[in-house]
Amino acid sequence: MRVPLSWLGEYVDLAPGTTPEDVHAALVKVGLEEEDIHRFELSGPIVVGEVLEFVGEAQTNGKTINWCQVRVAPGDELAADGGPAVHGIVCGAHNFLVGDKVVVTLPGAVLPGPFPIAPRKTYGHVSDGMIASARELGLGDEHDGILRLADLGLDAPVGTDAIALLGLDDSAVEINVTPDRGYAFSIRGVAREYSHSTGAAFRDPAHRVTPVAPQVEFPVVIDDQAPVRDRLGVSVFVTRAVRGIDPTRPTPAWMVARLGLAGIRSISLTVDVTNYVMVELGQPVHAYDLDKLSGGIRVRRAQPGEKIVTLDDVTRTLNGEDLLITDESGPIGLAGVMGGASTEIDSTSTNVLIEAANFDSVSIARSARRHKLPSEASRRFERGVDPAVAAAAAARVVELLVQLAGGTPDDLGSVHHNAPSPTPIVLPFGFVSGLIGLEYTAEEVRHALTEIGALLIEADGDLVATPPTWRPDLTDKWTLAEEVARIVGYDRIPSVLPIAPPGRGLTTAQRLRRVVAQTLAATGHTEVLTYPFLGKGENAVFGAASGPTAEIRLKNPMDGEAPFLRTSMLPGLLQIAHRNRSRGIIDLAIYEQGLVFRPEAGRAYGTAELPAGGVRPSAETVAALNDGIPPQPYRVGVVIVGNTVRHQPSQPALAATWQDALAAVQQVALATGVRIEVCQGLHQAMHPGRTAELFVTTDAGATSVGFAGELLPTIAKSFDLPAVVAVAEIDLSVVLDHAERELTVHPIGTMPAATQDLSLVVAAEVSAAELSASVVEGAGALLESIELVDDYRGAGVLPGQKSLTFALRFRATDRTLTAAEASDARLAGVAAAGLAFGATLRE
Amino acid sequence: MSAAVTAALTAISAAETSVALKAVRSEHAGESSPLSKLNALMRSVPNDQKAAAGKLVGQARGRVTQALTAREAEIGEAEASAQLAAEAVDVTAAASTWTPGARHPISVLMERAADVFVAMGWEVAEGPELESEWFNFDGLNFDEDHPARAMQDTFFVEPTDAHLVLRTQTSPVQLRALLSRELPVYVVGPGRVYRTDELDATHTPVFHQIEGIAIDKGLTMAHLRGTLDHFVQALFGPEAKVRLRPNYFPFTEPSAELDVWHPTFKDGARWIEWGGCGMVHPNVLRSAGIDPEVYSGFAFGVGADRALMFRNDVKDMHDMVEGDVRFSQQFGMNV
Repeated sequence: MRVPLSWLGEYVDLAPGTTPEDVHAALVKVGLEEEDIHRFELSGPIVVGEVLEFVGEAQTNGKTINWCQVRVAPGDELAADGGPAVHGIVCGAHNFLVGDKVVVTLPGAVLPGPFPIAPRKTYGHVSDGMIASARELGLGDEHDGILRLADLGLDAPVGTDAIALLGLDDSAVEINVTPDRGYAFSIRGVAREYSHSTGAAFRDPAHRVTPVAPQVEFPVVIDDQAPVRDRLGVSVFVTRAVRGIDPTRPTPAWMVARLGLAGIRSISLTVDVTNYVMVELGQPVHAYDLDKLSGGIRVRRAQPGEKIVTLDDVTRTLNGEDLLITDESGPIGLAGVMGGASTEIDSTSTNVLIEAANFDSVSIARSARRHKLPSEASRRFERGVDPAVAAAAAARVVELLVQLAGGTPDDLGSVHHNAPSPTPIVLPFGFVSGLIGLEYTAEEVRHALTEIGALLIEADGDLVATPPTWRPDLTDKWTLAEEVARIVGYDRIPSVLPIAPPGRGLTTAQRLRRVVAQTLAATGHTEVLTYPFLGKGENAVFGAASGPTAEIRLKNPMDGEAPFLRTSMLPGLLQIAHRNRSRGIIDLAIYEQGLVFRPEAGRAYGTAELPAGGVRPSAETVAALNDGIPPQPYRVGVVIVGNTVRHQPSQPALAATWQDALAAVQQVALATGVRIEVCQGLHQAMHPGRTAELFVTTDAGATSVGFAGELLPTIAKSFDLPAVVAVAEIDLSVVLDHAERELTVHPIGTMPAATQDLSLVVAAEVSAAELSASVVEGAGALLESIELVDDYRGAGVLPGQKSLTFALRFRATDRTLTAAEASDARLAGVAAAGLAFGATLRE
Repeated sequence: MSAAVTAALTAISAAETSVALKAVRSEHAGESSPLSKLNALMRSVPNDQKAAAGKLVGQARGRVTQALTAREAEIGEAEASAQLAAEAVDVTAAASTWTPGARHPISVLMERAADVFVAMGWEVAEGPELESEWFNFDGLNFDEDHPARAMQDTFFVEPTDAHLVLRTQTSPVQLRALLSRELPVYVVGPGRVYRTDELDATHTPVFHQIEGIAIDKGLTMAHLRGTLDHFVQALFGPEAKVRLRPNYFPFTEPSAELDVWHPTFKDGARWIEWGGCGMVHPNVLRSAGIDPEVYSGFAFGVGADRALMFRNDVKDMHDMVEGDVRFSQQFGMNV
């Protein structure tokens, strides 16, 4: 909502010198948030001039220009720019005569653009200023010629400051109107709020004119056969006729300026008047050309598929919920949204029918949305228009058309008023203080509610407040409490820290997610936050080890190329990796923790019918709502590319490999205290020989929790990344489910250890982990630790075999081990490995 | 004998290195040295002169040994110093076998915010990002035709009649907490939210909020202000201040816009709009089966991304969302 200050000042006292910033500051205190300030971006000297004479001069380019002598100061006085009283000015327009009063921008003036005016050599003359058009002044779109004051119905002495004369010294504050405050979409409402904030006297513009009852009934039938959500489409419908309007009369400059500042373009006097009254009172008003109407008006719902041509000359196909204004010819208006073309006011209209109606907010909101036609009218109806102001608005339009357009009020008209009266609200004494935490006096409560226009009575010791008709948002004692709090001032609310009952801190999962993030960062990985929106085919590759992946598609994605929600952390990280590399950051280790969206294949999600708000749904209903939401497990993804250690003095570079991905996995395992087992694995996005599948094992068996290794080189290439990209993705939700158990601590042995090496020859395809596990099992309790130290293939080992060397450490808890005991345990390990994998001791 | 001693002492003092001294020791104190040979001759010295001769030889050998020991210590010390000197490095040119990593500052800031509330006994609540419209709208007192519902730029999921959306706010977490927990409830819900705003210097379609809700008997708007005062002072510093301005949200009544002020904010001490708050709307309480005549409470939601912008002078939202590692690495593990 844009509020011209001169207009606001008509209905509430503005102290002299009040700036737009002052008005913003006052309004924000009562809840109308500042958005912007609008001004006519020009400065003088801009004065009224009189054309004394002009000579048409044909130019070689085919144009004819006028060399004009324009009086810009009376007699021998100096002009406002310090120059002579008569200026020579070149003008390209031809819509003026000698003696016309015009607007002259003198040297030193600045027009919107900014466009500074200076003496200018042109067409063989020095043009000492400019005769302005309406558009050049920022007063609308008119640029067919210069602005003649007579066209605005204005006359003023030569030399008069045209900025003030045309209302171009006004400015407007723009405020954000919240959905509950429809009345603030009017000068009336904002003036009232300004009064609440400052205490300045408020004069209600609705009381400016007194509606007169029509003597001749204009036939209006309200026939809503299909109310939306059981709400009748129209509650108030007032019509008034005005005849004998002079269609050639211009809209006065002050009205053009105010409407322009309010963001509304001047169209014609009649239409401008309806818009002016709408901005002033908040009541959308429509004017029909009375001579184009066929018979009376019927307000009804549209037939599905019925058509209307709206004012913007668009043919619209209607829905059965659309509310229509019709006459005997058919639809003549989409109620509350836009009028129809067939009864439009045009440049010859002299007799008009004014409509001021109150339409249901839901019906209008749906129609405006359905036809993508948010209009000044629909914005107001959606938020609620004061049903009591319609008659005053119609009367004000009549008044202005009589005053400005030479019209005559007609006896023809109608009044339909079926709006319910506001429901009184019981406000127990003490309720407001109890909710706000500030002791308000009974007087403060009464004063605040009276200020906003409520009627108060007392009943059984409680206050009973009947809200004003323009406040449909006041429906219960909580809404009244807000009114009291804001009128008295939110700044008076004290600060009291509540004492919560003792809490239990973070949950295990919350705590360990942080530890995982800290650990990865501490081990050289940088956390990034990616958008979870993916393109076609990305989930198909990354979402599952093999085969397709079900995915969620957005109806209205930001980027039509990326409408799918991620089922894997990796594509987003790979894009980020590419972006960093394209900026010259070649060596990267990045990670992200977050949700992935994993619907099950073939399952429909969601809930067709939603339960009502304001009532606790049954446990079954809540369960059904939750069941309809696709699973969103919490994951961590890691991408490492380039060198993990850069080339430095006496330090060769170390390139990232699959091993770095596995190191990240072990860092996650360390952080969570959950053992993550590594097995040779396969994943369609990953290198077939360099992929580990990750498992968490419990009594219930092994659960796959992710993959780690190298990306398939062709996929790396598709992301413009080098062939070797180490990646890991772990389902932290599953891992953390296993982190809850209590660890049982083994006693720390302090007896001397015995260390021995063990080299086993085994088929090359046997994994080190499996072989090691068999040794552990065979060696028994004395084996404290086993570590792989070498993998040898070549001379002395048959092709297809390998020799793995382990460092073993034995220890007994109660005695010093003898060499023989350690050797026996070692051999038992060899025997087990031999049995399991045919491993032989390499001597 | 004295000639042998003199020769030995001269050779010892002339030795410059431990290797040279070893040779001197062998030549002048070894088995074939003149003094050792003299000592071997002791067997042939008559018994009555043995004591005197032995004493002389012993003294001579003692002087040589003493000189050797002293010289050995001198050389050892010099050689150790020389080695340390030779081992000197340029400590500013250390090769590193590890790479610095970093947290994303938004993550860290949200953890810090949560910790402020955990310290007061509140708990951290969570919910899904892909949410049922009931939790995001209906249950929070957004009527199906309410302008506020169209006002929020919501990502809808196909098919739209499944009523699934990417949550537009962390407020669904309020409802989930109220439905699943015993009263009283004091929870904070940091999380990621989505709105269909084009990415520009101050907007991003994916951003982060910190939500709080407290429901108890007798909670007032003064408690809301007290909680916010404590929160901003913990997060921004003891001089931080809160201002409440009337506003509208479907899920609170009364509602307020929350501005925060701090002298060290970039571009000077000023009020900055940070989020929304208010007393939980009675219909939201009813959605959770809570009697608004018995219980009351407050809720608030603030933007983590926005806080980082005005707290750390982040001028462009692109830096927060593009994943350029240089952004996070400015913060390291701290924010």
